[in-house]
Amino acid sequence: MSAEPLVKISNLNFTYDRRPVLTGINMEIHRGQVVAIMGSSGCGKTTTMRLIGGQLKPTSGSVSIGGQVVHELDDEGLYALRRRMGMLFQFGALFTDMSVYDNVAFQMREHTGLPDELIHDLVLMKLHAVGLRGVHHLMPSELSGGMARRVALARAIALDPMLMMYDEPFAGLDPISLSVVGQLIRTLNDALGACSIVVTHDVQESLKIVDYVYFVSEGKIVAEGTADEIRKSTAPYVHQFIWGEADGPVPFHYPAPPYGDAMLQEVSRAR
Amino acid sequence: MLDSILGSIRGLGRRVTDRIWRLGFASRFFIAIFLHSGTALRRFSLTIREIYFTGVLSLIIILVSGLFVGMVLGLQGYDTLQRYGSSEALGILVALSLVRELGPVVAALLFASRAGSAITAEIGLMKATEQLSAMEMMAVNPIARVVAPRFWAGVISMPLLAALFSALGVFGGYLVGVQLIGVDEGSFWSQMQASVDFRQDIVNGVIKSFVFGVIVSWIAVFEGYDADPTAEGVSGATTRTVVTSSLAILAADFVLTAFMFRGI
Repeated sequence: MSAEPLVKISNLNFTYDRRPVLTGINMEIHRGQVVAIMGSSGCGKTTTMRLIGGQLKPTSGSVSIGGQVVHELDDEGLYALRRRMGMLFQFGALFTDMSVYDNVAFQMREHTGLPDELIHDLVLMKLHAVGLRGVHHLMPSELSGGMARRVALARAIALDPMLMMYDEPFAGLDPISLSVVGQLIRTLNDALGACSIVVTHDVQESLKIVDYVYFVSEGKIVAEGTADEIRKSTAPYVHQFIWGEADGPVPFHYPAPPYGDAMLQEVSRAR
Repeated sequence: MLDSILGSIRGLGRRVTDRIWRLGFASRFFIAIFLHSGTALRRFSLTIREIYFTGVLSLIIILVSGLFVGMVLGLQGYDTLQRYGSSEALGILVALSLVRELGPVVAALLFASRAGSAITAEIGLMKATEQLSAMEMMAVNPIARVVAPRFWAGVISMPLLAALFSALGVFGGYLVGVQLIGVDEGSFWSQMQASVDFRQDIVNGVIKSFVFGVIVSWIAVFEGYDADPTAEGVSGATTRTVVTSSLAILAADFVLTAFMFRGI
């Protein structure tokens, strides 16, 4: 493991509509690592990823990738950086007007001057890596959810990125697809020599494949550690999250005025 | 009491500033389309593909409507003109009303509802399904790759569609006037040829349809790009495209006509 982290997030703050979404986030991700950012829905996981990808600008603090501070880059620099990143969106985000083949070939055609024969071989290699060489002629609408996500994965690794980001890669998959996608994330990371960030709330599946975990709650990192450390953790939040308990620091109820008052109010309005 | 009055004034103010803000955003978007048009023009196959979807696939509705509008003009025009004994002037009436007004305006209205709504829905859904975000993350600018080709395709298709609309309309007028009612064929064509001026009538009609093409395409791509990424948002944006562009076409037509046909 090299000393200098590939992705370094220092004291990152992000505010949306005066509401703080992220406060004081610090992370270091090294080459070769698969890192998970876990937390309940709406805790700021996806926002963190968008800040890393430069789609949002931080209110303060910074994200640097390979020594470059993301929000200080101009459009050209940002696009140059993004060519070396791959991102898997939650529902794949395949281009629905293009076939599977054209989806995977998209970046190669846009960014490289490679001849069609070479692109053909590369596309089939990428599809083979995710086990879907046989569907290259289909349209995205003809694929199942799990297959669409694997095709999107093939598309994301088209240019051999140094940094892969996965937004909820396990959401809504059947158990077989789930473990296939999990294994792919690990294998591809090791084969590419890249580093991967997995944003997820699927604890069991991701603990199998990741090296390091950050727990985010209400925009703050509340716990971090290796997969084993997290499993053994006695921190109340982590314990509640891993074992899926209803009681704990995360309340079941969204903040609301007292129950009795609300009931009385409804009645008087109904009259 | 005072609070509710202040509240409604504030609400009114917010609505006005929201509209102005949105108009500003639309204008900046318009400039951005021009700045990022390099790809659409350099890789013209992208634009040609969109011309197929917006222009070629709109042909049926444009041609059929053109034919029927011309036929109706033939009937109504003959009915009025024969009262003054000048039914031979039917050719002039049909040609001038189509080339100057009905061709550009009706074709643009049809284009807005057929192609404009489709463009808005497509871009809106691409946004809702994160395809535009995915493209950005792949270092491809969606304005250059998705928006600009659709915009230019609309701008190029519109004058061609309006010309076809007028041509079919004239043919429809001929079918009804000459073949059905029996107006003299020679005077129908010769009076039309003598009275329709290339610069004054045809070029002005083409300019109009070009302006309408810019308006409809701009509104359609902007509404799609600005749509809320939900089912409701996309349907609202599609409706706004049709309503806003129809009103904009009619308003622009009045202004253009006032400038083009003064004192003739």
